Amino acid sequence: MSKLIRVVKSHHRIPIAKPSIGVSGKTGTWRWIKPVVDLSKCTKCYQCEIYCPDNSILVEPLKGAIVNYDYCKGCGICAEVCPAKAINMVEEEQHGS
Amino acid sequence: MSSIPILPRHMRNTVLPGHAACHGCPIPIGLKVVGAAFGDKVILVVPACCTSVVLGMHPGTAFNGSVVHVAFASAAAVASGISAGLSKRGVRDVQVIAWAGDGGTADIGMASLSGAVERNDDFIYVMYDNEAYMNTGIQRSSATPAGAWTTTTPLGKKEPKKDVAKILIAHGAPYVATASIAYPHDFYSKLKKAAGIRGFKFIYLHAPCPVGWRFDPSLTVNIAKLAVETGMVILYEYYDGGIRLSGPSRPLLDKSKRKPIAEYLKHQGRFRGINEGELRSLESYVDSSWEWVKKFMQ
Repeated sequence: MSKLIRVVKSHHRIPIAKPSIGVSGKTGTWRWIKPVVDLSKCTKCYQCEIYCPDNSILVEPLKGAIVNYDYCKGCGICAEVCPAKAINMVEEEQHGS
Repeated sequence: MSSIPILPRHMRNTVLPGHAACHGCPIPIGLKVVGAAFGDKVILVVPACCTSVVLGMHPGTAFNGSVVHVAFASAAAVASGISAGLSKRGVRDVQVIAWAGDGGTADIGMASLSGAVERNDDFIYVMYDNEAYMNTGIQRSSATPAGAWTTTTPLGKKEPKKDVAKILIAHGAPYVATASIAYPHDFYSKLKKAAGIRGFKFIYLHAPCPVGWRFDPSLTVNIAKLAVETGMVILYEYYDGGIRLSGPSRPLLDKSKRKPIAEYLKHQGRFRGINEGELRSLESYVDSSWEWVKKFMQ
């Protein structure tokens, strides 16, 4: 993903915002429960990737669903939409990191 | 593998992680589908609404495409200007989308929206409907359904919901559709279809808000699905003078196939104080909208 996003330094007089990852900081610190993927159950159906509002769960065709814990807010939509019940929400041991 | 085909891969790069949406927000799900349909060849016109908060503050923006933030009432007017400018310069491959909430469409932006339909300007207007003014503190809008709690209707709203899709059909727009964030493939095909039509296109997008509707953030997609299954939201397309029901709503024309409305209401804290009479009036509202759809079906 990082290859496709180029961070271009804008001229300081032109107040144009550029697309960038993490405009609100590391939103993973907002999380109190986190999704844990059981890769043996994952059928790679892409439902979690389609519905994730934070765009932080991506399905790799060979491995399965991979969660980006830096930005996952822990809303739990992925666990609800997973037809194979491969995603469990577990409580964070320590708030933030 | 699931039987549902996946959306194009570039939906991954449209909404960037780390945006400012609340937990379980439906707006980024809708924006991801916009990205799947058009990639970065899109100019989004966003009035003051939740989306302008979601996309974040100045040095960065969470949408990997062009975004114009405009004043509340002017989304349709600005989008008209941009699409006219693009066509004068011969730019054909960029889609202009006005992306406004229910307040910016049904209440404040109604005048400029009506003007844009009358001029038949060539762009897509997406109204994502979270049924109140959410980011300013859950005030009632005219798209709030009857019986729903908001901070300005503490005893439940008395008036029924304003159906903007109906109003736009009466305006004579060439393409009007309703969609839901629970059915991204349906929304995707409607966006693609709208992009191929010259003139004003309107898409209503039902988007349940966990904060304002008082339900658990993990249930966003389930609530949106229930809204369609109970018949509260009817998914259809209007073009060539007739309504065509979309896949998820097609079997629900038969009233016995619809789930009871109480099942949709029970998950939401905003309907906790609803009484029997208000439930009946919601049911009759749903029945009358289905009767209306039947009249115009082809």
